[in-house]
Amino acid sequence: MVKSSIKIRAKIKNGTTTVKALISHPMETGFRKDKKTGQPIPANFIKNVKCVSNKKVLLNSQWGVAVSKNPYLSFKYSGGRSGDIIKFSWIDNINQSDSIEAKVK
Amino acid sequence: MTLNKRFSNDVSRTLEKQGRRLFLKETLSAAAVTLAVASGLLLPMQAFASWNEVAFAADNLQTAIKSALGSDLSEASNKISIKAPDITENGAIVPITVSSSLEDVSTITIFSEKNYAPLVAQFKLDKDCDAFISTRIKMSKTSNVIAIVSAGGKNYSTRKEVNVTIGGCGA
Repeated sequence: MVKSSIKIRAKIKNGTTTVKALISHPMETGFRKDKKTGQPIPANFIKNVKCVSNKKVLLNSQWGVAVSKNPYLSFKYSGGRSGDIIKFSWIDNINQSDSIEAKVK
Repeated sequence: MTLNKRFSNDVSRTLEKQGRRLFLKETLSAAAVTLAVASGLLLPMQAFASWNEVAFAADNLQTAIKSALGSDLSEASNKISIKAPDITENGAIVPITVSSSLEDVSTITIFSEKNYAPLVAQFKLDKDCDAFISTRIKMSKTSNVIAIVSAGGKNYSTRKEVNVTIGGCGA
């Protein structure tokens, strides 16, 4: 099994669920050049990130190249319950994508 | 997935009927592959919000704000806070946390004023979400980080200067 590109943790405290996610992705801007060959490195960055729980889209985001390499994202929501499944997914500019499901603790 | 499978089954049945017509068969299967790929790619794409290419390509702040939010007007608000370092050595990783006490927040948009493309990211939040986003961004040089929060149909903004000693856009 291929290791997922996403690490995610969702924790509930006092009715607020905090989601923290770490994605391993180069987030290449397309501005950089290969130091050895001098060739530009093609852009490769995440365009959309989405998080869904109980069929509700909690977060839907659009990203540009200025989000750091191996992006970190955290957000909070209320109304979640312990044991809920949240689905987190991303898609990049060359149509690679990944998703993960996690249980709210 | 099932749609794709059903689709390709239909196509292969059609192809069997026309088994002798090799030329047509080849043309059709090539078309089928293209279609299957296209639909396979389109399905996950549709689930996401479409990517605002104009806003992300904009090279000045005003155009970026206007195309990302539909208007370049925003009211300065002290109900938004940006947590970011005052000075950072590495512009490639600048931790940013935006939070707000405004009611009815629908989107949080982050800009880095002097980047080649100032729009960093736009987060659309459900009404159950707190007005809170924490992430890490790249900044090419010392400039303002601007957060625009859309709440109740209006845009509110705040800014914070981050001093960058080594730029992070790698140009």
